[in-house]
Amino acid sequence: MTARDSAISVQGLSKTYRIARGAAHVDRITDAALNRLRHPFRRTQYDVFEAVRDLSFEVPWGEALGIVGRNGAGKSTLLKLLTRVSAPTAGVIELGGRVGSLLEVGTGFHPDLTGRENIYLNGALLGMSRTEIKRRFDEIVDFSGVEKFLDTQVKRYSSGMYVRLAFSVAAHLETEILAIDEVLAVGDAEFQAKSLAKMRDVARDGRTVLYVSHQMQTVTTLCTSAIYLDKGELLYHGSVEGALETYRNSFEKFQARQSVASNRPGTGEVRFASVRVTQPQQTPADEKVIELELPPVTGLIGDYFVSCHINDANGIVIAQCDSRALGVWFSPGRAHQARLSIRNLWLKPGTYTVDAYVCQAGILDAWEGAESFEVLPSYPYPELTSEEALLSGVILTDFTYERG
Amino acid sequence: MDRLIITPPRRTPLPPFRDMWRAREVFWRFGMRDILLRYRQTVIGVAWVILQPLVAAGVFAIIFGQVAKLPSGGLPYFVFSFAGLLGWNLFNGVIARASTSLVANQSLVAKIFFPRLLIPASSVLSVLLDFAVALVLMVVLLFVYHINPGWAILLLPFWILFAILLGLGVGIAAAALMVKYRDVGYVLPWLLQILFYVTPVAYSVDAVPPQLAWVFEANPLTWLMEGFRWSLLGQAPPPLWQLAGLVVVSFAVLAGGLLVFQKLERGFADVI
Repeated sequence: MTARDSAISVQGLSKTYRIARGAAHVDRITDAALNRLRHPFRRTQYDVFEAVRDLSFEVPWGEALGIVGRNGAGKSTLLKLLTRVSAPTAGVIELGGRVGSLLEVGTGFHPDLTGRENIYLNGALLGMSRTEIKRRFDEIVDFSGVEKFLDTQVKRYSSGMYVRLAFSVAAHLETEILAIDEVLAVGDAEFQAKSLAKMRDVARDGRTVLYVSHQMQTVTTLCTSAIYLDKGELLYHGSVEGALETYRNSFEKFQARQSVASNRPGTGEVRFASVRVTQPQQTPADEKVIELELPPVTGLIGDYFVSCHINDANGIVIAQCDSRALGVWFSPGRAHQARLSIRNLWLKPGTYTVDAYVCQAGILDAWEGAESFEVLPSYPYPELTSEEALLSGVILTDFTYERG
Repeated sequence: MDRLIITPPRRTPLPPFRDMWRAREVFWRFGMRDILLRYRQTVIGVAWVILQPLVAAGVFAIIFGQVAKLPSGGLPYFVFSFAGLLGWNLFNGVIARASTSLVANQSLVAKIFFPRLLIPASSVLSVLLDFAVALVLMVVLLFVYHINPGWAILLLPFWILFAILLGLGVGIAAAALMVKYRDVGYVLPWLLQILFYVTPVAYSVDAVPPQLAWVFEANPLTWLMEGFRWSLLGQAPPPLWQLAGLVVVSFAVLAGGLLVFQKLERGFADVI
């Protein structure tokens, strides 16, 4: 296949961000001028952060490409580059047509404008011409199901209506390439199914869809191929199953890498010696106990605090347990054997990971994937019911019903 | 179907005129949005646009005309200062709205691609509407005071154009700088306030002591004000060198503004 036939062709694409080193970030022009006066010959030193590194891939027409990867892998940066929101540092992107983006829902909606006015404004922003919007206006309104409230200001809309209208405008873009960032998970189940079907139609029409998501489930249902990014590099390009497998495998590698303290982000003045979940296998209603070991350090002034996140298999943070919230601080001079107990968090069966952080003013140690544990498939409820009764929801809860 | 090729931008790329033309709908929609929003949620709405220059002109008529007894070229001081304010408000309004527009729309800038220059540019529309309302009032005043500006009124569109070019040049540069340095938003109104007093808006150049006159003569806004008063009040036309200077300076300021904007534009989404 030659580059001519593909919808998207990317060659050696890189994006680096420069982060000014040393002094605090300058965001006042008076400070900038003063600094220049004080140090007329000094050039600001920058740390270079490579968000996306040397990517090359091709996407043929009619393909729905999923972009998967961990947080900070460069997925959103890649999408921003492809949609021209931000400019590449190196490399070439060749696009076979216009790119429409369906980024965060409601971007470009103004609360004080009516639904009708917002359709026109948003359509224009997304790159539709006036005639195009007019031609598809009825379709958009129809799809969203808000025809009765077209001349009402959208600030009076329910959040569901708002999201439906915003999605409808973007979904009716006639661009040859459509980029979607994590937005299909909106609205009720019915609308979600409708949106997914709509997106599949787009791909079936021979257009190309780019889809970034944490939710592996929607990637599987929507996409026909996928790429897997890790730390800005392309590690896999091929089938969706293959990408998801790489994603799962990479977690183990990632975990191994993170267990070496020097590989972890953070200033490193205090590092965890160990983070351990006392029960690596547990039932949903069990109390979750995490033991943290922190060595004594010298040279750090002032107390620090710790925080642990519990994430589900899709990388969504289920709980944040910050010691600040309890007023618990740690003095750096001595060793600590801290014990975090989480009660009344009923997790659904599955694999969970723990991220642990040491912070003061900034982050001293960020250990993502410090531990993982498994919640066994047993349910803490008295009755054995059908799957459906437990299917929805992110967690389980301790609930009761009383018949009045 | 043309293929679009994206490469790293050069240091100072040319403004994307072709993209801007294609996205002209955004320009209109943004302008319309600003206008709708401003009139929809204010209690006095249009009245504000009329009241504001009227009261200002009234105050200047009292302070400069009655208290300081400055010359106004034989015209009632009220009309005289109203004509000046008309031109000044156009220039000042474009700067004020254009300069804050990018930061006000930062969520869009960070998430959607469209020619960013359209955001500050579109603020001209709502300022022009304000100007149009005030202009109608001006015409009424001309009839009330029996002032006939003569054929010079035909040149009014040129003064409007130059006021916009000047304002937009400053405005887009300030908008681009404000993305990175928010304090531009505090410094700029203060600078404009000072500029207002050193420009003969509410007083005439004749009131300036002769030994200082050259300072005022060197200010391009003086030339613009003289132009407005020539067209609206039939006062003496500004000398030819000032007219030529105004054309050159207006386009130079706009070009300078574009240069600053283009230089900073590629970093917007990363900084904002």
